[in-house]
Amino acid sequence: MTDQNKTPATAQPDWARFLARESFIELDAMGRARAVLDPGTFRMLLGPFDRLKSPWLPLQNIVTQADDGVVLARGTIDGQPAVVAAIESAFQGGSMGEVSGAKIAASLELALADNEKGIPTRAVILFETGGVRLQEANLGLAVIAEIHAGIVALRRHVPVVGVIAGMVGCFGGMSLAASLCSSLIATRQGRLGMNGPEVIEQEAGIEELDSSNKRLIWQLIGGEQRQAIGLVDTLVDDDAAAIASAIRAAFARGVPARHRSAQVEDYLAKLAAIDPASPLEPNALRTLWGKGDHE
Amino acid sequence: MSDTVPFESRGRIWLRALAGTEGSPSFGKDSVLQADVALGDHSARLLAVVPDPRNRFPRARNGEVGLEEGWTLAKAVRSVIESDHDGARRPIIAIVDVTSQAYGQREELLGIHLACAAAANAYAEARLAGHPVVALLVGKAMSGAFLAHGYQANRLVALDAPGVLVHAMGKEAAARITRRPVAELDALGEKIPPMSYDIKNYAKLGLLHALIAGVNADAPTPADVAAVRQVLIDAVADILLSGKRDLSTRLNSPAARVLRAASIEVRRRLAEQWAGPAAASGT
Repeated sequence: MTDQNKTPATAQPDWARFLARESFIELDAMGRARAVLDPGTFRMLLGPFDRLKSPWLPLQNIVTQADDGVVLARGTIDGQPAVVAAIESAFQGGSMGEVSGAKIAASLELALADNEKGIPTRAVILFETGGVRLQEANLGLAVIAEIHAGIVALRRHVPVVGVIAGMVGCFGGMSLAASLCSSLIATRQGRLGMNGPEVIEQEAGIEELDSSNKRLIWQLIGGEQRQAIGLVDTLVDDDAAAIASAIRAAFARGVPARHRSAQVEDYLAKLAAIDPASPLEPNALRTLWGKGDHE
Repeated sequence: MSDTVPFESRGRIWLRALAGTEGSPSFGKDSVLQADVALGDHSARLLAVVPDPRNRFPRARNGEVGLEEGWTLAKAVRSVIESDHDGARRPIIAIVDVTSQAYGQREELLGIHLACAAAANAYAEARLAGHPVVALLVGKAMSGAFLAHGYQANRLVALDAPGVLVHAMGKEAAARITRRPVAELDALGEKIPPMSYDIKNYAKLGLLHALIAGVNADAPTPADVAAVRQVLIDAVADILLSGKRDLSTRLNSPAARVLRAASIEVRRRLAEQWAGPAAASGT
């Protein structure tokens, strides 16, 4: 499992390829969704002409966006029917409001209905989100629970693949959604954590975490660290083609025998080996939890 | 033992009130209590996350869902699924009084997000396996902690009492992140129901199956306990009657049709567009 998962990121630097690559991070949500689907198959759902915007932001004098920050597209991946939900980080930090969240939840529900009818529709979620949109607070939290329910139900039939490319990362309730995915792909620029650094500093104090210490934060929750300790499956370069191919490899592996979020005994044992009274360095955790002597 | 950390909690009070015992630490974890209780014809498993002043993870001593709490909840719920695999599916009642997920550098490093996801995963699996799952909100139902412990339930029921609240983020942090004064957040909550920290406003969203009035949340009388027990019995019966194992009832309530009209519209239009123009013209 490890070898096939690390090829793109750990190959020898190939500067020609590096310079020729198309940055995934620099693409907007629509460009990302298009890059993930088989060429020529992209079909947008609930586009701008549907005018499904947040009903809550205007009440707070905040400008809305016609897609509420989520692009949904159908098409195929390796010839199989697929739906991609791409979160647009440029709108409200990729936060989940009632409409943006409902778009993701509903697409998972419809993909499930397809699978129950024998149509093997697969789902990809491109996470780029701070979590709940605080201006829609409880409706954001509620819809994230519905996204969790959708992923757990769908992944019994087909893999649900998540991507955290950066630069916003994936936080809050959506970090749970990411880790419910059958397979999780990240770049070094991607971050995956439950509590944003600012929130930890607010709730636990600056002595717990200085949110301005960017280097420390990437060491703790950056894509490379997450892959090294097994919380992300595949580390890729910021390269649209590499991400598209990692997604295909994840689908080719099929539904895991046991999803990461179901590996209860393993993780209880891993935690039991941690002494909370001693300092814990990110590198030391790689030794403790790492998948061997790689990297 | 620290004397600054409370031991008693709403979770502990209601588990004791309903079960008639203190409950036992779930798989040896003192901050996750379990007990069994008769609910009508069913024997139900109660689960609660409670403060543990001696918790070996300091950031999870006040009733937070921490690393071991998340994974222990997952184990507790999965053990019910496994033991009922060949028989009647027991109801599972999540008694919700969770102040937050555990905030800390160590928690992030060790994957608090995955621990919370594991608990949510287990509750969702229980629901899909046919266990009636009810979340009983007796105190705080905050953010990721509620996502882990309760929000995957078939039905949500809440006490209409001071201190019972659902929210995405503590007020101080929400004020900082949205760059608004706390007073402004309070005022907005009165105008915009999803922003509110008041359970009565939360009820307007249509997500609650029942809001239970007239109950003393801190010192329940026998009549209070009987009333709550009856609500739980009714909720379990309603789940079994519906035959549904998903969360669709949250969108079918009269209140949801008003406040979550946009959620319903998204689903209606997406279903229309899902199969595409070619398929649509073929029907």
